[in-house]
Amino acid sequence: MTRFIIRRLLSSIPVLLGIVLLVFVLARVIPGDPCTATYGEKATPELCAQFEIRYGLDKPIYEQFFIYVGAIAQGDLGSSIKFGRPVTDILLERLPVTVELTVVALIFASIIGITLGLLSATRRNSPVDVVTMIVANLGVSIPVFVLGLLLAFVFAVLLKDTALALPPSGRLSPGVSIAPLVETWGLQELAGPPRGILDFLSNMYVFNALVTAQWGALGDALRHLILPAIAVGTIPLAIIARMTRSSLLEVLGLDYVRTARAKGLKERSVVVRHGMRNALLPVVTVIGLSLGAFLSGAILTETIFNLTGMGKTLFEAIEGRDYIVIQGVTIVVAFAYLIVNLVVDVSYAMLDPRIRLG
Amino acid sequence: MSWSQEPGIIDRVLVAEQQANPMPPSSLRKDTIRNILRQRTAVVGLVILGFLGLVALFAPLIAPYGPDDSMLKLGEEGTRGLAPCIHLLGCPTDQAQHLMGLDSNVRDEFSRVVYGSRFSLLIGFVTVSFAIVIGTLIGAVAGFAGGRVDNILMRIMDVVLSFPSLILAIAIVTVLGTGLVNAMLAIGIVSIPIYARVMRASVLSVRETDFVTASRALGETSSGILSRRILPNALTPLIVQGTLGIGGAILEVAALSFVGLGAQPPTAEWGFMIASDRNLFFSAPHLIFFPGVAITLSVLAFNLIGDGLRDALDPRLNR
Repeated sequence: MTRFIIRRLLSSIPVLLGIVLLVFVLARVIPGDPCTATYGEKATPELCAQFEIRYGLDKPIYEQFFIYVGAIAQGDLGSSIKFGRPVTDILLERLPVTVELTVVALIFASIIGITLGLLSATRRNSPVDVVTMIVANLGVSIPVFVLGLLLAFVFAVLLKDTALALPPSGRLSPGVSIAPLVETWGLQELAGPPRGILDFLSNMYVFNALVTAQWGALGDALRHLILPAIAVGTIPLAIIARMTRSSLLEVLGLDYVRTARAKGLKERSVVVRHGMRNALLPVVTVIGLSLGAFLSGAILTETIFNLTGMGKTLFEAIEGRDYIVIQGVTIVVAFAYLIVNLVVDVSYAMLDPRIRLG
Repeated sequence: MSWSQEPGIIDRVLVAEQQANPMPPSSLRKDTIRNILRQRTAVVGLVILGFLGLVALFAPLIAPYGPDDSMLKLGEEGTRGLAPCIHLLGCPTDQAQHLMGLDSNVRDEFSRVVYGSRFSLLIGFVTVSFAIVIGTLIGAVAGFAGGRVDNILMRIMDVVLSFPSLILAIAIVTVLGTGLVNAMLAIGIVSIPIYARVMRASVLSVRETDFVTASRALGETSSGILSRRILPNALTPLIVQGTLGIGGAILEVAALSFVGLGAQPPTAEWGFMIASDRNLFFSAPHLIFFPGVAITLSVLAFNLIGDGLRDALDPRLNR
């Protein structure tokens, strides 16, 4: 197992370099000289001279690439023109929002998706099955941003002043606040990476409120996450439901399931204990594969629900033509995607002993 | 994933019957068409697509106004984001009829949605065709050449696949510059690896078969083998993947337009229409609803057809 993990890690290095190379090439083919392309009207001769030295633009192209890789390895993604701050700082502050949204959406999509798949597989051609089929087909066809806007309209406008009303934007209601963990735990003098990790975690409000037992704030943070999570989770939910259904149907037709039935086991235990256990493996793969959909969905959804995460950052960077931020987000998201896929691969290998770790 | 129609007992009986009294051999094409029509979902998809195709074709006849006509210029009193006014549903007849209301620039939303179908279908077909042509070429070369060429080409494909597609597409468009064509190009580039992989797998699976060896022995050139022996074998998965890909391409180009990188004003492209009117959303939700339904319908059509095609062409289900 260790050897498999090491080999899998090593094999992702070329891909990692490839990602950096691709972003590097994209950054170089921006029409016009990179300085004016980056700074636009703000470009001054002094600024451009600084810029050229910083990125070594006077050096040969291969050397430029190594400088670029070196900078990234040190966590330097350049500075945002618009904010005048290092991109790394901005992203560290905003990534938790996206991670939180993605995790909540993932949990929502997995639970509902698997349940729907299970129900429709065991009650084929029943109303439940038909409804699941329709939801699954519509779910993969509706654009995330349309779904998000419609959800906001239904729950924040039509159902306003009812018990079902949900907030259409932001992360917390006015008046509710969640203190950073370093403050709550009196660790202000903490510095370096531990501080970074703690700040990262405390910016995930649900997590923060959970570990500090602020139940009111937790409820409020969750209420703000419901609509965005549904918007982000619907496409993966549809895929998960379909996969669960077809996978379970296939498994339930196998001989060992017939044996279990012949033994006189209750149908419930045949399906849950014998069927689901094997049917879930491909579902796990599909959940892993739909992480790209989660991330893309989060990026489109954040702008709608006014959540200041990676997506909103990217959206603002596009509007402001802030190329360095766009590059930074691209690299970070690609890295995150790569790591998550790695984890999925490894956990899949752990779950299924039949998989040869070759 | 065939969940529209599982190989049930009836299918098995049919197969058994067929084996018992062999029918006169029918052509593959006829078989395929019959199989597709047997898929209920695929028929629904075909009907929706046919409807959209007709709307796109006869847009000038269906739409009461041009897609860019401002009602103010036509001498009509109009307000931004006016709610739908349908005479049949009790809208006063002295008011001009607007089935889907007016958009933020006082244009007839219905006309814009109708004309938008042209863009959507075109976007889907052109983007995926581009990706299929380039992807097939890369996959064929990789599979056929093998060795180092294969390795390099497929690693490049891996890198492209290691981005969530929308993110890479956004990065590409920021380089190419905004615009509908560039957005389509970006989505096309991002989807190349899928087709390259499908093609490569097909090449690898038939490269060593006897009929390929035989045609090589008969002196056929590499390109002849590729186009006459290997490509026909790869066509089925390419078509299925491509049909499903069209739906995805429509969604992603719409998303690019939504973030402001795709279609530019005054294009009547659905994603862009939603983006430009989203500020009016709470007062005029119909401006999101109608183009949204239009996108969903067109994507749904291709997804249903793609699923049906896969089920129809999957030999495990029908033979």
